[in-house]
Amino acid sequence: MKALIALVSILVKDMQAYYLKPPNISWGLIFPLAWTGMFFVRSGEGLESVPALLPGVMAVSVLFGTTSMLAVTVTFEKKGRSFERLLLAPISLELLMFAKTLGAIVFGVANAFVPVAIAALITDLSGVRWGLLFTAVVLIAVSSTFLGLFIAVAVKEVFEAQTFSNFFRFPMLFLCGLFFPIAQLPVWLRPVSYALPLTYGADVLHNAVRGAGEMPVVLNIAVLVAFCALLFSVSLRSIRRKWIV
Amino acid sequence: MTSSEYCGAADVAIEVEALTKRYDTVTAVDEVAFAVRQGEIFGFLGPNGAGKTTTINMLIGLARPSSGRITISGIDCSKNPKAAQHLMGVVPDESNLYPELTGFENLCFCGALYGMRRRQREQRARELLAMFGLDRAAGRSFGSYSKGMKRKCTIAAGIIHSPQILFLDEPTSGIDVASARQIRRLIRELNADGTTVFLTTHYIEEAERLCGRVAFIVEGRIVALDGLDALMRDTEGREIVQFEVVDRPRLSALQDEVRSAFGEFRCSFDKAGLRVESRDRSPLRIGPLVRYLEEQGLEVLEARRLRPSLEEVFVRIAGIEPERMADDAGAESPTGGSS
Repeated sequence: MKALIALVSILVKDMQAYYLKPPNISWGLIFPLAWTGMFFVRSGEGLESVPALLPGVMAVSVLFGTTSMLAVTVTFEKKGRSFERLLLAPISLELLMFAKTLGAIVFGVANAFVPVAIAALITDLSGVRWGLLFTAVVLIAVSSTFLGLFIAVAVKEVFEAQTFSNFFRFPMLFLCGLFFPIAQLPVWLRPVSYALPLTYGADVLHNAVRGAGEMPVVLNIAVLVAFCALLFSVSLRSIRRKWIV
Repeated sequence: MTSSEYCGAADVAIEVEALTKRYDTVTAVDEVAFAVRQGEIFGFLGPNGAGKTTTINMLIGLARPSSGRITISGIDCSKNPKAAQHLMGVVPDESNLYPELTGFENLCFCGALYGMRRRQREQRARELLAMFGLDRAAGRSFGSYSKGMKRKCTIAAGIIHSPQILFLDEPTSGIDVASARQIRRLIRELNADGTTVFLTTHYIEEAERLCGRVAFIVEGRIVALDGLDALMRDTEGREIVQFEVVDRPRLSALQDEVRSAFGEFRCSFDKAGLRVESRDRSPLRIGPLVRYLEEQGLEVLEARRLRPSLEEVFVRIAGIEPERMADDAGAESPTGGSS
């Protein structure tokens, strides 16, 4: 019970202090809107093209929302030493870091459904498998958040967190099959694509929205879960090694 | 003799044995051993860089010992530093609450980290804000607080869950005299209520006012550990006189001449002026020195007899001049009359 009180308090505090601040809310709305508009105009097609664009825009919204926020907030608290206060709490490091990442996961999931809400207004989404879509969004949000955690642990300064995030985000964006099918990539780049968590998340999203995925859903979900576990455990190990010296 | 034998194993709050911390080739803390009794205020003194904060970080679980053993209230924390964190309250040397949250929200958040239920933590937060004179500022963001208010709020956050043991790292560093006095009074009150206090400070005078026992740490090693009375016993019969002169730069320039002319005295020059102490325990005759200074064109404003302090003990044991301690402390002083 005590651990649950601590977990909820960390989540609520982070929501209050970071995620529900007006600039972040507006960023969470404007960013997906801008991506939707950009790809819609670029496609040059009618409203029927929206479902095809939706997985990409959702994934981008989640990826940028979670990694940016988490990498910056954790680095900021570490630098201001308020993170020490959390490390001193009588809860396990696993629970602490899960609580710390939960806010970013919720923020990422909320971001993903902004383009869905817009799409629902302008096109027919009756064919979407909502359960699978939600599962995919949550898994992408968790893996992206844990990637943000991995970045936050690797850097010391807030600006480094942003720069280092882009090192992962942009290649991931163009190699994960969201906007170009992996089959169209040069052969030597394809292994890189399959080493990225977003590739599997994007495939589930395509499956949920258009019923067309390249890999079996179960495999995608299993790989995403494995990525989440790997990123979280590597980050925790780094925290123990670097922050509790 | 193990550290707990100094005070009896049953009433030991903190026991440290052969605690060592190495960073690559540097040994920051070297085979440190001590025991803190339940309900005492234990001072951990030393200049900056002596290993105070590294030691406290190992005790609270923010640093891993290279070797040695830490026991907190009977719980072995050497391998699992989290095991006793529920018993501890920690006030770090820098105020580290969340600037965007109010004082009240910060305290409630800290209470929640220790599993306190909402009503319980809100009530305790209100009590503490009133106790620290921060009730009027409870709704203001922590970032807008003055340095003294931040310090008091950080201490309140450290005791929101009523810990058995409170670690205070430089609690009055960099704050005004009135706030420092108030904090010292609060520390005494907490201790009177049964809280064990582990206090690190480089303000020796502060330790003298608060602590029952002190340990001096220099370059990672404990050079003295005893009760205040026992440590002070050595200074009985010693006389110290502090001279204040008009032209301090000229006094500083005359350091060597004064020392050679009055070899029977131990002279030290600091920001306050000239401090003179007899090398043996013979009475201090200051007439010739006053005349000498005046012959050198220095007008003596005041010659004040000082009570031997813990600082003298520290200087004698550690071989560190008061100037160095003063430099370490910056221009600040925790004093401001007795409290």
